[in-house]
Amino acid sequence: MHLSAATPANAALVNARLIDPASGRDETGGVLIRNGMIADIGPHISAKSAPRNANIIECGGHILAPGLIDMRVFAGEPGAEHTETLATASQAAAAGGVTSMICMPNTNPVIDEVALVDFIARRARDTAVIRVHPMAALSRGLLGKEMTEIGLLSEAGAIAFTDGVKSITDAQLFRRMLTYARIFGALVVQHTEDPDLARGGVMNEGLVATRLGLPGIPAAAETILVERDLRLVELTGARYHAAQISCADALEAIASAKAKGLPVTCGVSINHLVLNENDIGPYRTFFKMSPPLRREADRKSLVEGLADGIIDVIVSSHDPQDPDTKRHPFEEAAYGAIGVETLLPALLSLVHNEGIALITALGAVTARPAEILKLDTGRMGRGAPADLVLFDPDTPWQVDADALKSKSKNTPFEDKRFQGRALHTIVGGASVFQLS
Amino acid sequence: MTPHASHKGPSFPHRHLLGIRGISASDINTLLDLSEKYVKLNQQVDKKRDTLRGRTQINLFFESSTRTQSSFELAGKRLGADVVNMSVRTSSVKKGETLIDTAMTLNAMHPDLLIVRHHSAGAVELLAQKVGCSVINAGDGAHEHPTQALLDALTIKRHKGRFEGLNVAICGDILHSRVARSNILCLGALGARIRLIAPATLLPADAEKLGAEIFTDMREGLENCDIVMMLRLQSERMRGAFVPSPREYFHFFGLDREKLAFARPDAVVMHPGPMNRGVEISSLVADHPRSLIREQVEMGVAVRMAVLEALSHHLPNSDEVI
Repeated sequence: MHLSAATPANAALVNARLIDPASGRDETGGVLIRNGMIADIGPHISAKSAPRNANIIECGGHILAPGLIDMRVFAGEPGAEHTETLATASQAAAAGGVTSMICMPNTNPVIDEVALVDFIARRARDTAVIRVHPMAALSRGLLGKEMTEIGLLSEAGAIAFTDGVKSITDAQLFRRMLTYARIFGALVVQHTEDPDLARGGVMNEGLVATRLGLPGIPAAAETILVERDLRLVELTGARYHAAQISCADALEAIASAKAKGLPVTCGVSINHLVLNENDIGPYRTFFKMSPPLRREADRKSLVEGLADGIIDVIVSSHDPQDPDTKRHPFEEAAYGAIGVETLLPALLSLVHNEGIALITALGAVTARPAEILKLDTGRMGRGAPADLVLFDPDTPWQVDADALKSKSKNTPFEDKRFQGRALHTIVGGASVFQLS
Repeated sequence: MTPHASHKGPSFPHRHLLGIRGISASDINTLLDLSEKYVKLNQQVDKKRDTLRGRTQINLFFESSTRTQSSFELAGKRLGADVVNMSVRTSSVKKGETLIDTAMTLNAMHPDLLIVRHHSAGAVELLAQKVGCSVINAGDGAHEHPTQALLDALTIKRHKGRFEGLNVAICGDILHSRVARSNILCLGALGARIRLIAPATLLPADAEKLGAEIFTDMREGLENCDIVMMLRLQSERMRGAFVPSPREYFHFFGLDREKLAFARPDAVVMHPGPMNRGVEISSLVADHPRSLIREQVEMGVAVRMAVLEALSHHLPNSDEVI
């Protein structure tokens, strides 16, 4: 992590509404930062009570929360630097209040070797303004044939294991991966889609696809794989995370696995919480994603799943794409949408429009991912790293795709009116973004 | 409407014809009425008009088609347009030129009318957003083929004199068929009752929500039908992927005289072509006097002339032409 702004040894953020999902804290007060860590927090921290040498940052009554952890980011580096780099992705993240991003191994070369985990760590340290943790590939070359060196990769800093946009379909191999990963307590993250059942499909199967004349992907393609994986988790006892579920049936499967006490968690992309298949409208390729946007009924179930705590994590699934791969007829266009910078505003729209409690919404991008990934960030308590976001939850603004910091502009929220955004982002006590 | 409206023929309030979705029943009737005029013209010795004199029409076909392309070519030429045929093979597109590059290149040649067929649903609409001329969809993937639906409607109108209350059966590969989608919309808007008859593997998801009745038994589906519209089944789809074999398909879903006997005695048979004789339709039925297949081709030219004329009223400076 490259810190451009000078780190004040001492800083006090005062007059803020402190919201910390990890502890349940929601009160007015301040945070005292010393040497990049949170030295103190609470209603007693004010401009008056702060140490004399502390740099006082007046928060104006806005919300101060732990910086966001985005558990699913495709950063383009190495191999697709024309779409994004760790540097540009991290700047976009910082502008969105994200202070840690978890990068997917779907790069060129694939992150399936210790040296490549080192490479990401080094590049992130030298160029990124936020914390970067790589997930390593679960299978060599993402080919779904042989497992990677899960133990050595874990030691090198791989935070979890996944084939990213691909599913491990071979049940025997996946069982062995789970069994082996358990030795190291490693987290196995699966993209849950049966590729045979999904083959040829480009959007959710149903009336909308039928009218558009586009081949569909049934929700069952996801549910089948989730259900199979849950059986294998039962067999192996490994820690399993469904990267992003998209339909009500998969949610139900996860809920029943949790009820059985299996070590299972799941994520959902913010896109699947705020958009549905109808948003594709006249073949808008920025809405082409994997898993596909589903029916409104599925979206509503996912929002309920978030409120009920069945959904653990919300991710941006930030996936930068060159315009050249998107400006095609829908069937031929690439999958993916950027989102790290709009994650927080889109999350706030769930609070404004769907009745989700702010602390619940924030928990899914702070405390829960930190717990699952065993990070010391994602909470705002004494002794935690000073990774913070100050945001105004209410002020309306409109997304201007060109103004987004990502190198690629494939946002499904172009011209969208949001309420609330990050004002100030702090990583390890250093200021990495301030809204001008 | 401008004071010249009476010179400009019936009004059609759209710049493009991208699909039947988005145009109204009255738009469809406008086009059908206009087509009748061209049916008569096409039967005369002198078939030439100068409605499109000085206009350039480009037929851009990313998928080969003898029938539709020549129908549009004749339609344009009979209306006096300069017609250029461009067959863009998929391979050359794959060499790097994207659809949008192609569109920009063509746009620079200042065509007035662009007729496009493409293998991907939505491709024609995408192209229409990028060019300055009027665009006609000549078939995009499994999405729409509006002029085929219009020519089918014209053929039906000439034989039955009405749409209201007619039972129309569309039979075969509905899943991959743009003809079926456009016809469901078009004939449905005109008041016909639509039935879809197909093996369940060739029906799209939620087909019953398209406003049609679904049958997987052909005899049952044909009962009391006035129109039997057959669709082509591509050969690669009948070797085990969607149906087990051509033989089995013909046995259950091929139109022969025995199955046709379940329809009304005055039922007529249609097919958008090209036909697979012995797969979806028997030769006896295809060549039967109740088969309108050749007449559909004739109506195709007239309908396309009508569409070209209707869109020509929206071309810039069109007053100077007339």
